[in-house]
Amino acid sequence: MPSLKSLRLRINSVKSTQKITSAMKMVAASKLRRAQLQAEAARPYAERMERMLGTLATSVTGSSAPKLLVGTGRDQIHLLLPVTADRGLAGAFNTNIGRLTRNIARRLEAEGKTVRIMPIGRKGRDYLRRELASRIGEDVSFAGRKSIGYADAEAIAQRIAAMVEAGEVDVVTVVYNRFHSVLSQIPTETRLVPAPVPETASVAAGGYVEVEPNEEEVLAKLLPQNLAVQVYRALLESAAGENGARMTAMDNATRNAGDMIKRLTLNYNRARQANITRELIEIISGAEAL
Amino acid sequence: MPVTLEIVSPAKLLLSREVDMVVVPSAEGDLAAQENHAPMIVLLRGGVITVYDGGKAGDQFFVAGGFAEITGDRCTVLADQAVPVAELSRDAARARLDDAEKGWENADKQDIAVRDAALDRLLSAREEVRLAG
Repeated sequence: MPSLKSLRLRINSVKSTQKITSAMKMVAASKLRRAQLQAEAARPYAERMERMLGTLATSVTGSSAPKLLVGTGRDQIHLLLPVTADRGLAGAFNTNIGRLTRNIARRLEAEGKTVRIMPIGRKGRDYLRRELASRIGEDVSFAGRKSIGYADAEAIAQRIAAMVEAGEVDVVTVVYNRFHSVLSQIPTETRLVPAPVPETASVAAGGYVEVEPNEEEVLAKLLPQNLAVQVYRALLESAAGENGARMTAMDNATRNAGDMIKRLTLNYNRARQANITRELIEIISGAEAL
Repeated sequence: MPVTLEIVSPAKLLLSREVDMVVVPSAEGDLAAQENHAPMIVLLRGGVITVYDGGKAGDQFFVAGGFAEITGDRCTVLADQAVPVAELSRDAARARLDDAEKGWENADKQDIAVRDAALDRLLSAREEVRLAG
């Protein structure tokens, strides 16, 4: 039987843990709302860009087509971009991405392909470094930053575009948690290069659209922009997902702490009453002995 | 008869409403979009989008570059950055111009793509400073 004092100490420590987890839950909830708004605000641009790309892509074919659109023509070197959070305590959020990335890498390597990894977010880097350290090149981290802006996505996109242009990588895939609902985030892989071209009906009757100055020039601007938008979308979805996952995890933790406090309090009261009873017995038997 | 004008930046949808006519700063000269315009996709330079309602110039937006898609009944502007002209900040514009000038100085002028990109940024920043006053 643990002593009364040690029980009291444990109850207090669990109570303060509960305060921390419930505070983290509140913080995650308010961050989640902001992240969701940001993700929704970014959607119209991505949709319209997709439509425009669909119109343009059908008109460009052959060897003059830009690498970002059709790829380098090979399928040998794959670049994976696992998007994770910089902080933990969000349930299986980060581990899911790590595991999916690892599985993809294993599968590609079994097919004889070369895999390179550019982790976005510290947790993913730490996870993958244990097993796939030799494939990891540079990494990106937003640790200590309040929010992610479009400029961040643009910087990442520029690096990817440069690697593709230089022929260092052939296929680029981003692995991120798609925000499905607060309770569920779905680990998803999306190909960035070669650009997946959406099947859209052409806007003009007869399918003829005039392009100024010309298709090549517009695509040369549009494709890097599209890449940045796709990266931006993955970052925002992941940010929303992270907060959703953390909220759920912290909600569970708070509830568990509550259960634990209840159990400990019961033990504490039993121990206290046992003590009182014992003292009474001692007094009574002492009095009887006289 | 109106055209549906939409101005979108990566961060948000800035404007979506029906207008009589809109003038966009295309890379090859200003372009007015009215209803039944032939379908077009154009590259934009840094400049001003002017909205016309009932024959009079209304709202004005500064765009730092981007794309516009024009069809018979709508005009969609995908701007890298879009701000109502009245809300342009002089200091921010100045800072951008300084950056662009530095970028132009350091740009590799032999590489046509790099040179053009730097030049576009510079011209767009100059336009912004001019508008910000």
